[in-house]
Amino acid sequence: MRYLPLTGAEREEMKKVIGISDVSELFSCLPTGECRRAPDRLPPALSEPDLIAAFREIARKNTASGLLSFLGAGAYDHFIPEVVSYLSAKGEFLTPYTPYQPEVSQGSLQAIFEYQTMMAMLTGLDVANASLYDGATAAAEAVLLAVRRSGRRRVLLSSSLHPEYAAVVRTYAQNLDIELPTVAVDVASGRVDSSDLRAKLDDSAAAFVFQSPNFLGIVEDGRALGAIVHERKAYSAQVVAEAMALPFLVPPGENGIDIAVGEAQSFGLPLGFGGPYLGFMAAREEFMRQLPGRLVGQTRDLDGRRGYVLTLSTREQHIKREKATSNICSNQAWCALRAGMYLAVMGQAGLARAARSCHLNAAYFAKEAAGLPGVRVVYPRNFFNEVLLEVRRGSAADLARALQEKGILAGVPLSWFDPGKEDRLLLAFSETHNRAAVDRLLAAIGDAS
Amino acid sequence: MNTLPSLIFERSRDGKIGCGLNDANVPAEAALDRELLRPPIADFPQVSEVEVVRHYMALARLNYSVDAGFYPLGSCTMKYNPKVNEKIATLEELQAHPYAPHDLVQGNLEIITRLEEWLVELTGMAGFTLAPAAGAHGEFAGMLIIRRCLQERGDPRKIVLIPDSAHGTNPASAHFAGYEARQIPSNARGILGRKELRAHLGPDVAALMMTNPNTLGIFESDIAAIAEDLHANGSLLYMDGANFNALMGVVRPGELGVDVMHLNLHKTFSTPHGGGGPGSGPVGVAAPLLPYLPVPRVLREGERLKVVYDDPRSIGRVKNFYGHFLVMVRALAYLMALGREHVARVAEDAVLNANYLRKRLEGLLELPYQAPTLHEVVFSDQGLPVKTLDIAKRLLDYGCHPFTVYFPLIVHGAMMIEPTETESKETLDEFVGVMETILGEARDNPDLLRQAPTRTPVRRLDETLAARRPLLRWRRGEDH
Repeated sequence: MRYLPLTGAEREEMKKVIGISDVSELFSCLPTGECRRAPDRLPPALSEPDLIAAFREIARKNTASGLLSFLGAGAYDHFIPEVVSYLSAKGEFLTPYTPYQPEVSQGSLQAIFEYQTMMAMLTGLDVANASLYDGATAAAEAVLLAVRRSGRRRVLLSSSLHPEYAAVVRTYAQNLDIELPTVAVDVASGRVDSSDLRAKLDDSAAAFVFQSPNFLGIVEDGRALGAIVHERKAYSAQVVAEAMALPFLVPPGENGIDIAVGEAQSFGLPLGFGGPYLGFMAAREEFMRQLPGRLVGQTRDLDGRRGYVLTLSTREQHIKREKATSNICSNQAWCALRAGMYLAVMGQAGLARAARSCHLNAAYFAKEAAGLPGVRVVYPRNFFNEVLLEVRRGSAADLARALQEKGILAGVPLSWFDPGKEDRLLLAFSETHNRAAVDRLLAAIGDAS
Repeated sequence: MNTLPSLIFERSRDGKIGCGLNDANVPAEAALDRELLRPPIADFPQVSEVEVVRHYMALARLNYSVDAGFYPLGSCTMKYNPKVNEKIATLEELQAHPYAPHDLVQGNLEIITRLEEWLVELTGMAGFTLAPAAGAHGEFAGMLIIRRCLQERGDPRKIVLIPDSAHGTNPASAHFAGYEARQIPSNARGILGRKELRAHLGPDVAALMMTNPNTLGIFESDIAAIAEDLHANGSLLYMDGANFNALMGVVRPGELGVDVMHLNLHKTFSTPHGGGGPGSGPVGVAAPLLPYLPVPRVLREGERLKVVYDDPRSIGRVKNFYGHFLVMVRALAYLMALGREHVARVAEDAVLNANYLRKRLEGLLELPYQAPTLHEVVFSDQGLPVKTLDIAKRLLDYGCHPFTVYFPLIVHGAMMIEPTETESKETLDEFVGVMETILGEARDNPDLLRQAPTRTPVRRLDETLAARRPLLRWRRGEDH
């Protein structure tokens, strides 16, 4: 077998050194009987070419590629510069373990330090951690962070938080005696209902967690929300499910928000059917020693040279065990590395250009779609790159199916998440689209409705 | 002297461009209030494409990796990561959007289902969720499953028992599931005995979390009896399968009374560690616990595969979408390459390699537990003129990655060595040779070890400075 280098002769020699005549003797400490039955029901080994052919065969059952897609809702199709794929595939980055031996891991450590810096810059906050699993678990970690830091056990969630994020937050909190009331959305503006927020934000609240751009695509008035929350001495946490909004919009930190968490898949990670993606967390300095996950810090070696190490590890499970700030061990180091590469090559101007294209394509669609008879643009302004459509006849899923016939994945019907919203279709735009693509979408919607 | 690469921010020059995108060709009419927009991000990198490539190539040269050489990091299973799996994981047709209609992604759902079926066959568990993002995330999901099951029986109970040799994630995961983690000692044989367990069993005990083989590389041979005792007490048995590499194709934990277990695709199933993730931590359960698995669940329905999002008895969602799909792709590719002929051979060679190293090193280092070794062996620094850390750092000078140091905590100066099955005899012999040399140096010139490493890109780093005066990001003009 090509992955197993020992030869038969070597195995014999090694057995002799160990003092056994058969390898089964090494397993004599195991129970015997039916539990030791050989796995005969499994398929036989495949050669390398047969293996590739087998996966091509499976892949043929996927028929979504090649369609013009406007799917978003937490996973976004952005262009990935070839440099990112080329560099991140190098074995030096792909095949080390967590950098426990910093002397031979400076490449990974410096790259993550740079990633942390760029995420802090993008969020306008003081510090960012080395990664979390994904946007949803990052939202859950923000809730736990606020509870830890404040000692209070009530966290308000905006009801325009991504439904899967809200579900994960509830899973995480279910046994920790944390109360999670929701704050309503003002239907007219698509933004958080600030009077409902004021009403529910009492002295027992640890934090208010809201998403912006929110699940309806709308950019919240972060400054106003931050101010309301601080009046009540609670923490504010902003979830960003589409990191491409960060270089375009006033960042959380500049709005006075305390914690920013979210999904950075947009920074150089393929859609990959949902993962692995990249959760991020950034916060003001006061949270530094309470953060979950790995942190890379700068230091000096014995000769005084600059170097990097994993630091503040007394927060972590391998030191603090059940008293740790989280149970995280392996997380998304390679995804963070890729994001760092993506941000470096896109750079200040490229990132702004990509983000602006996302918005302009969405804005062009929203403006033109307003003239179509069968649909209504629910919020014609103040979105970033996602536009919510109301379908006047039939359901959004029907419209999506009709467009699928024409080779277009028109968007995510919100009935995926809430059966009561069957007339809503959420469409996402990116720099991978252009005028011709949006025109084709508009024409198809016009024909179908 | 600074031989290390500059930071990307220090390479940055105003006006340089690495991005190859054009401006949008739609009308430049923004639909946002102007005060929501931000100006260009100060100090954000401006670097050309070639400089980005040189930057990361320079960083790559500073890293040790499995592709570079021996990586005997105990309990981490640093086996070779087959290259064809990378090719397969980047097939264009697999990169669908997670909300693409199910009829367009039957191939991807097939991959998820097939991997689950392989894991069921290998472990004897009744079903798996592939959603958890890593081992610790799987532990957390597993603890939630146990809690939900006990809750339905009427009382979630309060305590999770964890042997003292356990990885730190175990108590942390139990804690975040709302349990009190209680440590119980292993016996002189290095395992958990029935006697030790019984002394701690009581009506408040929800479960035992047992790593098997444990972190000493020893099989918990009382496992079936322990499962019986737990079940008689109304408690459940959780098996941490981080070390399943020793057992794959050899024994099925599901048939030993294990109720819940997790696996690490980034250990046993060859997916690359990526310098600390992404991993994947599937959780398998016995039949009565199937209803509690997290959503979504991918299920066969005749020829088609369907996805179930809502299940009132499920613990809920632990992650968005389906989990680390592209990690699953790699793991399935690995298993399909091995086939039924070689899964057990993996475990056998891993155990053979570990026992060979044990035998070769036994005379050189103190072996605190004499019980049979499976996939890894733990030595102690007792009786040596230097500490474990010094040996580890000297190994770096000889171009070898050290073993896991100071873990498990029950061994003084632990050196935990896991060679895996993907190392040749020549590599193992070379490693023994290097260890002999280093232990010779430890006797003759221990300072050589205490000063080590000297041949690495940097020397020992000041971790105290890093923690006392944290610098977690670059800022113009800021330094220690």
